[in-house]
Amino acid sequence: MQIELREVRKTFGPVRANDGISLSVPAASIQGILGENGAGKSTLMKILSGFIRPDSGEIRLDGRTVVIHSPADAIRQGIGMLHQDPLDFPPMKVLDNFILGRPGSLFPDRRRAAREFRELASSFDFAIDPDAWVDGLTVGERQQLEILRLLGFGARALILDEPTTGISQPQKEKLFATLRRLAAQGMTVLFVSHKLEDVQLLCSSVAVLRQGALVGTASPPYDTSTLVRMMFERDVAPSPRTPPAPGAPVLSMRGVSLEALRLQISDVSFEARAGEIIGLAGMEGSGQSVLLSACAGLVRPVSGRVFLKDRDLTGLSYHSFMRDGVAYLPAARLEQGLVGGLSLSDHFVLSEGKGLFIDRKAAGDLAADRICTYNIKGSPSSTVESLSGGNQQRMLLALLKKSLSLILLEHPTRGLDIESTLYIWRRLQERCAGGASIIFISADLDEVLQFSDRVLVFYAGRVSPPLPADRLTVESLGGLIGGTGWDALGKAAV
Amino acid sequence: MADPRGLPRASSALLQLAAIVLAVLLTTLVLLAAHAPPVAAYLNIVLGAVGSWNVAANVLVSWVPLLLATSGLLVTFTAGLWNIGIEGQITLGAVFTTWVLRGLQGSSVDPGLAIVLSIAAGIAGGALWALLAGALKTFGGVNEIFGGLGLNFVASALNLWLIFGPWKRPGVASMSGTVPFVKELWLPTLSAQSRLAPAAVAIALAAVAIVYVLLQGTHFGLRLKAVGKNPSSAYLLGVPTWQHMMISFALCGVCAGLAGAVQVTAVYHRLIPSISSGYGYLGLMVGMLSGYRAALAALVALFFAALNVGSIQLPIVLKQDSSLAGVLQGTLVLFVLLAQGVRQRLARERTARRRPS
Repeated sequence: MQIELREVRKTFGPVRANDGISLSVPAASIQGILGENGAGKSTLMKILSGFIRPDSGEIRLDGRTVVIHSPADAIRQGIGMLHQDPLDFPPMKVLDNFILGRPGSLFPDRRRAAREFRELASSFDFAIDPDAWVDGLTVGERQQLEILRLLGFGARALILDEPTTGISQPQKEKLFATLRRLAAQGMTVLFVSHKLEDVQLLCSSVAVLRQGALVGTASPPYDTSTLVRMMFERDVAPSPRTPPAPGAPVLSMRGVSLEALRLQISDVSFEARAGEIIGLAGMEGSGQSVLLSACAGLVRPVSGRVFLKDRDLTGLSYHSFMRDGVAYLPAARLEQGLVGGLSLSDHFVLSEGKGLFIDRKAAGDLAADRICTYNIKGSPSSTVESLSGGNQQRMLLALLKKSLSLILLEHPTRGLDIESTLYIWRRLQERCAGGASIIFISADLDEVLQFSDRVLVFYAGRVSPPLPADRLTVESLGGLIGGTGWDALGKAAV
Repeated sequence: MADPRGLPRASSALLQLAAIVLAVLLTTLVLLAAHAPPVAAYLNIVLGAVGSWNVAANVLVSWVPLLLATSGLLVTFTAGLWNIGIEGQITLGAVFTTWVLRGLQGSSVDPGLAIVLSIAAGIAGGALWALLAGALKTFGGVNEIFGGLGLNFVASALNLWLIFGPWKRPGVASMSGTVPFVKELWLPTLSAQSRLAPAAVAIALAAVAIVYVLLQGTHFGLRLKAVGKNPSSAYLLGVPTWQHMMISFALCGVCAGLAGAVQVTAVYHRLIPSISSGYGYLGLMVGMLSGYRAALAALVALFFAALNVGSIQLPIVLKQDSSLAGVLQGTLVLFVLLAQGVRQRLARERTARRRPS
């Protein structure tokens, strides 16, 4: 199927997720869609697969203009989407998953469906038992099941969203072989990824998105540095700050291994020193959130030890870490950081209040004082959800206790304007000057390079040794995030 | 809970009023379907609740356990918990009270002290049963609604087994309960005929006042509110979340146990099969209807108690079933909740409309 997008636009509030994207994908080809987090890849694919409707623009399938109303409508028109988290039903059997969503009578013909499934599976060399339970399958097998299901529906175009996350190398090779064969049979494949290596290996053409716009296309042979530049290029040049004289270690991770959903991090060792800022860079879900949570005691290491100023805190709860001067500021401000429905003043009482009865007057004074110091646009009695994102972030900073030795931040300036961003970093740098150590996650490479002293790069669970920020560039960091340049790293950094 | 912002106060009040009108309308339809004259029925309910000093006193008798249950539920509601198990907690309070009174009856212990000890035992029983539901939730991952429901059945089976087994009347066991205690072990009432014990009313008022102060004025109350609204944020702000949930269960159990103790010592003077009388479930409705506010909950509980007592007139005067009070209470809660849903939806749409501009 030939797919053509013309001037597709979609905005969410002030954010232009897709800003007039035009792209033509011929039949029987594998098209790579490349871009960093928030570049607009997912929005575009959701539009094509019927999850959301574009504000304007046109979709043409085989030259015919169509409107796709829903995912079910998309599959009727021949477009199937394979989601990063397979959309299957783990407590059901493989065959039931295969049948689900098919048009048909009240009583499905299970025997015929089973025969069809076996034929289809064996033609692709997939060894899945139709009578197995889905929750016993690996992620790779669930992906295969999903592909078979979509083929069973008669899909003529397949969209795959980050399909190589969480599957083994042999499964990845099998997936690529399958996709190549499908393309040879006339299938149109849209391969969405941030992994440069995979895209270069598989795709017959690559489109790069950045900040909602299509910034370029490339065809083989690919030049990695060109792709990286297209993905990450910015107008502002980063200006790394001069690293401070290393202070005493505040946090030491010694041989820490962590396990999370579809991700394993093994044997990480590093030290965060007083007055130092460490940035964690990587595509979302590459392991940096898990590591940051482990620094706060929110995730317990499978093995290894976590020390805070020579005190072994391995396995203790976040509240123990807190008593020792650790603060953790989550990315989801309203979901995990602040309590919706409570006022600013209530929050200060919650975090600082002692004794039995609340002293409302003292609480109001404290709130008014902090609101003024941190320049929050709100009053002591406003609820936190009435604040803008920037002010919520200021509020989280205002809630930080006076003496802290380690501040952990997840996306501290995500969604904030430049003024709020600079303000927040000024405050954080003051904390550092006072002897605190800061570790933060950011998807913004400029932010990582500009504010970190050292950087840890994450790629699919691999963690780089701490790299001095002044020796990194947007290109080299972007390449590492995309999975290239790791071999050279091993030699140079150690 | 606070009014959702973005909708003017006047239209909110209008929606509430509409809910009440609709509830009365629906109840009227039920009355018409049962061939009962609606006006006469409502009049009888009113007269049955406030027509004489005697019935008014009965309203207070019914108010006490309802207010105690509601006060306890306000604490668990604040922590974001649905303590359905409150019925069982009331029952266990009554069982423990009876147990101590049976032990002390006929002994040399001063009757006043015996009553105090038995009420303390009731408190312990209610708290124990509530902590069991809390432990199931905290350590066993059992949702408190399901755990509570299960514990309600266990409590009621235990109660029946005691009445028909170890504590049965000499001769033949009876649905009318255990043998009544001697008069000395009754909580003193206003007069010989009345079942209204001033001490019980004082206990209930003290409970609701304490809960009010606890939730409004203390650090504990604020932390509980934070846990109820968003446990993960509360945890990151340093609030020990599961510990607070357990304490809230215990406090609700204390109130429920008191309700059971009052039912035994002041109202029935024995253990009966339906000792909790549905006050726990009714308390859930009162809590919801009052928007989880203690001051308003006391008034709504009084209104519900009046409906209960007033509707006793229906079978006597109009030959209608007294369950009409339940119909009115149930529809009232449903319509008020519906009005809240509509109000939130309107508020959401308002903000959504404002945003793109």
